[in-house]
Amino acid sequence: MAQAVSALLSIQHVSISFGGLKAVSDFSLELPEHGLYGLIGPNGAGKTTVFNVLTGVYRPDTGTIRLAGQDLIGLKPHRIAWFGMSRTFQNIRLFPDLSVLDNVRIACHLRAKAGFVSTMLRLRSHREEERIIEEKSRRLLALFDLAERAGEEARSLPYGDQRRLEIARALATEPKVVLLDEPAAGMNPKETHALAALIRRLRTEFGVAILLIEHDMGLVMEICDHVTVLDYGVTIASGEPAAIQRDPRVIEAYLGEPTEVA
Amino acid sequence: MMARSFLGAVAPLAVGFALAVALHLAAGSLIAPFYVKLLMDIGINVILAVSLNLVNGFTGQFSIGHAGFMAVGGYAAGVITYYGSFLLFGNTHVAEGWLTGGDLLFVGGCLFGAVLAALAGFVVGLPSLRLRGDYLAIVTLGFGEILRVLLQRTGDVLQTAEQVEKAGVGTLATSLGGSLGFSGLPYYTDLFWVYVFVTITLVVALRLKFSSLGRAFLSIRENEIAAEAVGVNTTRLKVRAFVLAAGFAGIAGGLFAHEIGTSLNPRELGFQKSFDVVIMVVLGGMGSVSGAVLAAIVLTLLPEALRGFSEFRMPIYALALILMMILRPQGLLGLREIWEMKWLKR
Amino acid sequence: MTKFLQTLMDGVAVGSLYALIALGYTMVYGTLQFINFAHSDVFVLGAWVSYTLAVVLGYAASGSHPPLWAGLLILVAAMATCGAVGFTIERLAYRPLRQAPRLNVLITAIGVSLLLQNVGQLKWFFGTQPQRMPSLIEDRVLGTVAGVSMHAVDVIGAGTAIALMLVLEWLIFRTRLGRAMRAVSHDTAVASLMGINVDAVISFTFVLGSSLAAAAGFLYAMKYPGLNQPAHATWVLLGLKAFVAAVIGGIGNVRGAMLGGFLIALIELFGAAYLSPHLRDIYVFSILIIVLLVRPAGILGTSVAEKV
Repeated sequence: MAQAVSALLSIQHVSISFGGLKAVSDFSLELPEHGLYGLIGPNGAGKTTVFNVLTGVYRPDTGTIRLAGQDLIGLKPHRIAWFGMSRTFQNIRLFPDLSVLDNVRIACHLRAKAGFVSTMLRLRSHREEERIIEEKSRRLLALFDLAERAGEEARSLPYGDQRRLEIARALATEPKVVLLDEPAAGMNPKETHALAALIRRLRTEFGVAILLIEHDMGLVMEICDHVTVLDYGVTIASGEPAAIQRDPRVIEAYLGEPTEVA
Repeated sequence: MMARSFLGAVAPLAVGFALAVALHLAAGSLIAPFYVKLLMDIGINVILAVSLNLVNGFTGQFSIGHAGFMAVGGYAAGVITYYGSFLLFGNTHVAEGWLTGGDLLFVGGCLFGAVLAALAGFVVGLPSLRLRGDYLAIVTLGFGEILRVLLQRTGDVLQTAEQVEKAGVGTLATSLGGSLGFSGLPYYTDLFWVYVFVTITLVVALRLKFSSLGRAFLSIRENEIAAEAVGVNTTRLKVRAFVLAAGFAGIAGGLFAHEIGTSLNPRELGFQKSFDVVIMVVLGGMGSVSGAVLAAIVLTLLPEALRGFSEFRMPIYALALILMMILRPQGLLGLREIWEMKWLKR
Repeated sequence: MTKFLQTLMDGVAVGSLYALIALGYTMVYGTLQFINFAHSDVFVLGAWVSYTLAVVLGYAASGSHPPLWAGLLILVAAMATCGAVGFTIERLAYRPLRQAPRLNVLITAIGVSLLLQNVGQLKWFFGTQPQRMPSLIEDRVLGTVAGVSMHAVDVIGAGTAIALMLVLEWLIFRTRLGRAMRAVSHDTAVASLMGINVDAVISFTFVLGSSLAAAAGFLYAMKYPGLNQPAHATWVLLGLKAFVAAVIGGIGNVRGAMLGGFLIALIELFGAAYLSPHLRDIYVFSILIIVLLVRPAGILGTSVAEKV
């Protein structure tokens, strides 16, 4: 599918090796605005490594990564977040001792402009910013059905709520692209269905493009416009979900059947 | 509107200032000298504990060299007041009067000490805060040791006004008494100045904690990788916390140096002192400002209470530390302030 | 030339002590990923226990000529005692924190260190006065090489230390137990899945490290008989330098610790001999800072990144 407009997130020929092992080889992807793309593959295929490279945790050996024209290679993770890429983690990384509200408020900090002096003297600019951050955070929590738990410690949340909180937090940075790493992990079919609706809402209500790593084939096939399949770091297939499902190489990589059916 | 926000910004400072004045006036007549000294010690320890809490508690970095920054501040302030007194007054007696020449020289010295200590914090912190937690601990310990060795190699303190007038800045800066310490510093520290600085420290710490910037600090302690992912410049903030804490430790050092009944020497401000402050922060609750204050008060009073058993003080602290880590690792208050504790909400 | 050789000899003698202590740090870091601040206090304990045993056996009286095996006996007893202490510390203070954040264990280690130091100088233990270690090895000069006299103390000291290191090298790289130790230090979870009794291996690591530290303490007391209180700054400094040795050799790497020990001692002593003797501590800490900035993993170490 040729893109008439240049993609929002353009990843070209990215490779990275650890020691002697090539974790990702020649990975390319063009994610358009409002796109909802999936990244699948067996365990250890290099999917999370791709996320880590995109967010600046690792620097790739080769390739380019551009977000809305901005070259991201070599930038530190917090800068990449500032340019509009946010993520969730395979193993949930919340701020456990802090409240649910604070978890989201922290993600608003990168857009804050009031400095140290303003904070110390409690100047108007600081207080205004605090008000805006609180409002914005509470609104986000409400959208994610977490408003009632705003004051609770993040670590005390049930698992499903924690995953939702991580996504809410990722949205608080006002991103252009959101990387979701196995958001449905550990969820039952009912929860997964709700998650699918939530992810769709992210696209429509927040206008973000989404790249999704998932093992739940049902979820991927249901909501993704486009799917890329990795195996041992190599892209073995890329295209529309229906085509991918029938692709013999993909089937072979997964040893015959998808891991879950919706 | 402007007046209201100005009032809000200044109110806590005014309250603290008033308290400081009250204490100072009471010191002469209402409070016995023994208790005056105790209150000064408490105040200094509060500044130390609350400032170390910025690094160890807020950002979760493990620094055990806080006394080193105290030493930098103390010695720098001492140079200003001691040699400055010679140059201005011809002697090193305490120039009488509140907020007059001598007093201002002292405060100027303390502030200079704070700036120098903050600079030292920057030099030490910038390279080391990139390292893993336990490595930072060793570097801060090493910094304290290097400082101690350097201080022990300094020359004798100059004794007369003539010597001081003839000496160049370099000589003055290195005539710090060596192993014997910097003796003869005028006793400018009083309850007023101690509690003015305590107020400033507390206001800064609390306003920081309950702000977006403060939450960003806390996020580093909670999960550094996630913090980076949501846009927090973790290295820059870690260094900022470190520099700020070092600056306050410098003030505490200046106050300590000019306090009656203390001696400013390299041994006194070595790792033993650093550990004392770490113990306060850990026991009070890492991240809790009121916890640090409480711990500072208790751990300043305890040696007095245990006067008869002074050799048991350290073993008891050590045991308390170990038990705390095993049974209640978050310390007394954890991250919460004393007014946030659940048992208060009924 | 004489000065060079003399410094070299001293460097080897002191370096072997640093190496023995550094081994304990590195082995614990390798298995549990934290700095056992209390380790250098075990070294001090070893020196003081040796002294106490010497007194108890009656060798402290002036004019007594201890037989040759007395030294060996005291050495072994000191090693055993400190091994037991190490075992107890691990069991009581560190094992409950096996799953806790590393920061908490670090703080506990500081607590244990302070406890050992300050309890050690209570009057029922080693007391508040410095003591003098009786000489169990006759102060003879064994010979002269290029103008440098070789004292029996130094030769026996360095020899014993090196012998212990060779035993350790054999233990770790040529026995099943050693393989288990290496497996645990690589990945504790996987090692236990392979059927290794991780708790036992960790206990043994502590016993081993502590007894080596005790040996270093004994040898140190042989060479420098003036013993200060356990909380005295000189000991702490020594322990710190041994830790620096472990770090620059590559923390977690046994051969690195040995290498680091000799390297640090040589840097310190050559700096003191040819530059300024007063700044010897600074040479050591400066090297630490340089290594941490340039190659934090150390000479032989490998860096382990956190999984994101």
